[in-house]
This record gives sequence, C-alpha cells and structure tokens, in this order.
Amino acid sequence: MKYDIIVSGVGGQGVLSIAAIIAASALRQGLRVKQSEEHGMAQRGGAVIAHLRLADEPVFSSLIPRGRADMVLSLEPLESLRYVPQLHPEGMLLTASEPTVNIPDYPDLGDVLNAVQSLPHSHLVDAHELARAAGSARAVNMVMVGAASTFVPVGAEAIEAHILERYASKSEKVLRSNLKAFRAGRDAIGRHATV
Amino acid sequence: MVGQLLLPARTSTDLVVLGDEAVALGAIHAGVSVAYGYPGTPATEIIEYLLRYAELVGGSHVSWSANEKTAFEQALGASMAGRRALVTMKHVGLNVAADPFMNSALVSIDGGLVLAVADDPGMHSSQNEQDSRFYADFARVVCLEPANQTEAYEMTREAFDISERFHIPVMVRLATRLAHSRSAVRTGEMRDPNQETVEPDPSKWVLLPTYARRQWRSLQQAQAAIKAYTEKSDHNTLYLSETSRELGVITTGIARNYYLDNKNDLDIEPSHLHIGAYPVPMEKIRALMGHVRSLLVLEEGYPFVERQVRGVGQTIVAVSGKETGAIRPDGELTPDVVRNALGLPSSSGMRAPALSLPMRPPRLCQGCPHADAYSAIRSVLDQYENHLVTSDIGCYTLGILPPYSVGQSCVCMGASIGMAKGAVDTGKENVIAVIGDSTFLHSGTTALMDCVNENTNMTVVILDNEVVAMTGTQPTVLPSSRLRDLVLGIGVAEEHCVVVEAHPKNLKEMASTLRQEVDHLGLSVVISVRECIEAARKRKKQ
Ligand code: SF4
Repeated sequence: MKYDIIVSGVGGQGVLSIAAIIAASALRQGLRVKQSEEHGMAQRGGAVIAHLRLADEPVFSSLIPRGRADMVLSLEPLESLRYVPQLHPEGMLLTASEPTVNIPDYPDLGDVLNAVQSLPHSHLVDAHELARAAGSARAVNMVMVGAASTFVPVGAEAIEAHILERYASKSEKVLRSNLKAFRAGRDAIGRHATV
Repeated sequence: MVGQLLLPARTSTDLVVLGDEAVALGAIHAGVSVAYGYPGTPATEIIEYLLRYAELVGGSHVSWSANEKTAFEQALGASMAGRRALVTMKHVGLNVAADPFMNSALVSIDGGLVLAVADDPGMHSSQNEQDSRFYADFARVVCLEPANQTEAYEMTREAFDISERFHIPVMVRLATRLAHSRSAVRTGEMRDPNQETVEPDPSKWVLLPTYARRQWRSLQQAQAAIKAYTEKSDHNTLYLSETSRELGVITTGIARNYYLDNKNDLDIEPSHLHIGAYPVPMEKIRALMGHVRSLLVLEEGYPFVERQVRGVGQTIVAVSGKETGAIRPDGELTPDVVRNALGLPSSSGMRAPALSLPMRPPRLCQGCPHADAYSAIRSVLDQYENHLVTSDIGCYTLGILPPYSVGQSCVCMGASIGMAKGAVDTGKENVIAVIGDSTFLHSGTTALMDCVNENTNMTVVILDNEVVAMTGTQPTVLPSSRLRDLVLGIGVAEEHCVVVEAHPKNLKEMASTLRQEVDHLGLSVVISVRECIEAARKRKKQ
C-alpha cells in the first residue's frame, strides 16, 4: 500500500503543520513516512507545497512523481488547482474554499470554485467557517486534516491520539477547539462523501 | 521551521527527522564539542537543532557566526585544540569560507573537522546551483554524499572518524530534497567527546612556504590511501546484472531514490553503481564499464562524476547524462526527470482545468518594515531622472518586485555596497546601496571601509529588522542598538549616519532624510530600523 499526498497553500497558512500531523499519526500506525517540505524564500506569502508519502512498503524518493498523487489537500482553492496534473486520474482533491487574494490577478472566485467542482473527485470545505465554529479561527488546518481523514489510510483514532499529544502542553481550550475542528472537518466530508 | 526536538537517547532509537537534523544528530553522537554556522537555506536547521540540543542537554558549544568564513575558522581552531568540530553552511556560503577551507586541507587536522554543506539545485532559495563536490575535489579531501536521513546520520558520524584518520577536513554534502525532507532514522550509540587537548605542532599548522610545501606533499601522498578507502567503502556499492549487459546506471546521493522508485518498470535489470563517498571509486567504475554497453549517470548538481567517467577519446561504452542532454543540465532531479532518462514515459495524470492560473511569487509580509523603507526610497527615486540602486540578499530582495520596484542588482552577500561604489567611480549619480543588517555584518563592513576611504558619493541604506529574517528569524551577531556605533567606528561622518524608524507614519520624514543624504556629496549611511514582524510574532508567542 502506498498513499501519496500533495499538501498546498500559501506561505504562512500552515501547510507544514498539516503534513506533520498526518505524518506523525501515520507513524503511530506503523506506516513508513517520507515528507518533503519548503523553507526559506518560498515561505514568504508565496505558493507552498509539501509532499507526503505514506506506505507499508519501502519508498525511496521524497518527491511524488507526476500523475501519481492520490490526494491534493489544499488550504486555498487556487493553490489546489496548481497541482491537478500531479494527481492520478482517480485522485481526490480537497480544498478549503476561502481564497487568499494577495495577488493582483487572482481569477474570478466563481471560476476557481467551478474548476474545483468540475474534477471527478473533489470536495470544497468551508474550513474557515468550521474552524470559527469550533472555537479557533486558527484551526483551519485541523479542519482540513479532519476532511482528509475520511480518505487517507490513517485511522481517526491515531490522528486524535496525536492531536491530544500535540496540544498536551497547551490550554484545555486550545486542545478542545482543535479536536472539535478535526471532527467538524471529518463530518463535513462524511455528510456527502461518496466513499 | 523545525519540528519538535526529539531528544536523541544514548542508545539506538528510531526518530523522524529532517536530513539537516540527521546531520546534527550524527555530530552529537560522534562526540562533537563545537558547532558553528551562518544561516542559509537549506542548511539552517542543522545549527538550529544543535542549539536547542545544547540548550536542553548542554555539553557542546554551538553558535551562529558573523559569516561562513569566521564560522569555519572557529571550527578549525577547535580542531587544532584536539576537539571535534562541525561547521555548516549553504553552498554559496562555502565561497565565503573557501579560503580557510582550502587551506585547512594542508594543516594536520587533530580533532575531527566536518563541513556539512547543503547545495540547492533548482535554486529554491539561492542565487546559483553550484555543486560543492568540486570544492572537496579542489581541496583534495573526502566528500560523503548521503541518499537519505539514515545515511546523513551515519555518514556524519563516519566523517569525523575519517577526518581524524587522514588528518583532513571531510565534507558531507546535502541537497535541498534531503536537507528538507523527513524520514525515520535509526540512531546508534552516543560516544563521548574526545578529551585530549593537544599542543599543536607549529610545523603542521603554520603554512609558511617551507612547512606548507611539506604539508601539500603529504596531502598528495595521502591520496592513495584516501582513494583506497573510498574504493572499499560500503557507501560505494556495485551490482553487476547477470541477466543484462545492456545498461549500467551510476547514481550519487539522492539520485538513487529516484532510480530505485522507477527501476521496476524497466524491461531489463541494469547494472548499478551507487557512489556515496568521493574521490570516485575508479576500480568499481572500471568494473561496471567492462560489463555494460551503455552507461547513464544520475547525479544531483553538475555532471561531476559523468565528466570523470567519460574519456577524451571514443570509448566502447556510450556514456550519457547531463553533458549529452539525456538529462537537462539545470534544475534539480525529480522522479520524472530520472524516469524519462531511463526511457520510461511519465504518467499523464489528471487533466488540468482550463482556467489559467496566475503565479503567486513570495512577497514581503503584510506590515514588514522593509515595505516602509521601500515606499520612502521609491518616492525619492521618483524625484531623480538618473539613479541606481544596488540591492542584496535577504527578504528585502523582494523589494525588487512591484509595487516598490527598488533594486537593480542582487549578486552575493554584501555585494550591494561594493557594486554601488564601482558604479559611482565611473560617474554614476544618486546611487543607493540597500543592505540588510545581517548581510551588512556578514560582509558589508569591509566594502564600507573602501567607501569611507574615498568618501564615495553614495548612500548606504541599512535595513535593520533586528534579525536574520529570511532563514527563520535567527539573532544577528550584533544587536541592532550597536549598528550605528559600528558604522561610526568604520569612519562614516556622524552627521551623515542617520537612524530612522521604518513606520508607515514616518514615510515623509524618512523620504526627506533620504533625499538629503542622497543629495549630500559624499558618503552617507541611513539605518532604517524596525523589528521584523515575523520575529515579533514569534517573540510574543514564547
Ligand atoms: S519575515 Fe520579517 S523581514 Fe521578512 S518579509 Fe516578513 S516581516 Fe519582512
């Protein structure tokens, strides 16, 4: 088994933390993990991606070959579209629906969302709203981890166990809002998932 | 950003770490006493890991240095005192440290001296793609090139032993995709630092011609033993295929990963030589070439191995690689580049939507102090018909993009000041050099001395954001409050060394100060100060 994920977004949104949470949870379950990330110049508000490879067999490259990714998991809709050619024909695209408009030529948002919905397997997640409802506007990435958890070969229990550990040193409130955000993301997909 | 620090136990454990962190762990377990470096992507996380380790556990001295040259020299001094020393930098940093590096090959290293250098093929965050293996070859020392995190750990450990065995510095060469990827490492047992402090033998450390000639000769004589070592090294593995004599593949470092992920799709079983230790193992290459009809060389960086295996005359074996165009000569290797070089098609993947997607280049953060400085500079430049602005390396290089469009050059650390002076010397007017505080401390001060010396008619704008921002807000070697004293100490006239606060409410004042100093016929320095907001955010979080 091999499951390849491209995580995308805009610098500062928490692309690395999404990759790190899924990776740590996968390890808990005994999977092998390879993760490639970007540091430095790329992190200054530009397009950022991380490659995350989960497997129970040896994988060598930390980069996912073109047309082989199982999932694009994005914090921003325009950024999700950039990596469609990386997906295999049956691949899944999950993206937060709220745009980050920090460029002058950002396309019409309706066109962007339509393009996402025109793909064979895609979900738009209102992650910002769900995060706010969970009690922390900053938990957008946790909502997206929850959304992805419906599809990735990592159990929700393993992810929740990791979240408990990750926020153990933080306040009860932070921990609870993150768990809530994770479950809200998971439910958002569960409601209309075709799996 | 670096993941949570996972404390290495004294006994073997599995840890998931960045390639950079694996190097740091390897050094800790090898018994390193000191570590130095200058922040630079993709090498930064080596020292960051060691700093946090030293803070939590103690034991070793770890610090950021003013630049790569001073870092290297400090490591060299520790080695002279008999202790193990690690020095880290990005590839272009080795240009700055080239002087001590080249000469450190001629002294007789006592405590193991390891240089971990991270190359950036693909230029993710760099101004060139230079291949550090040439430096190791140039200095005639050993270079180890890991393919994964476990090798990064093991090779760093081993590098200290080789350094002590051959009395030479040893290079560990990383590439971005290893430095910045995470995977599991099985660590070994930790060993203690070496306790001996030796009395250095001047005849082995003073490179006066009489001594240097002897040291150079002995380095030449050591080459046979060094080559014998890499020839036998487990890092150089040869597999001769029994089923096919058609194709041989040479991989180095992380190119092996891309090869192994694609190999099973081939119809034939190629012979394979992997090189992880240099100088290249000539006997193994000969054995491979005697076994196959064609040879493909897969290596990250320049065609370093490819050139060595290709003879001048026509050989029976057809060698292909970057020099023949089988692989593009620029950019980094990817699974697909390697796949295509092996004659396999890439998967077509999902069809991209028809919508055309605009690029989203990096930009200055919202509220960045540099933005205010650039707004002021822009408004002043608009008042002159002729002007020239040289820029430098850091977040502020992004000011070259609209809406500021400030800066016409960015070449290497500190170049802004020297280049501005050169332009003024040819008669250019209204010349401004823009340089960050850390870049100024790294290598701007010496160029400023040249300007003071001739009272060059130019204005240096030091963008003081109080940290090394681009690489993750490391502290600068000198606090912001001391910058003006330093500039005055170099000899800039007090009335033309002005400090302004970079703030949106100050734009008018900043612009009029700048205008005054640009109009001043002589050297001026304007220090524009405000803390990087990213650094301020992190500070408040702690
Ligand atoms: S990290 Fe700091 S210096 Fe760099 S762009 Fe952001 S605010 Fe400016």
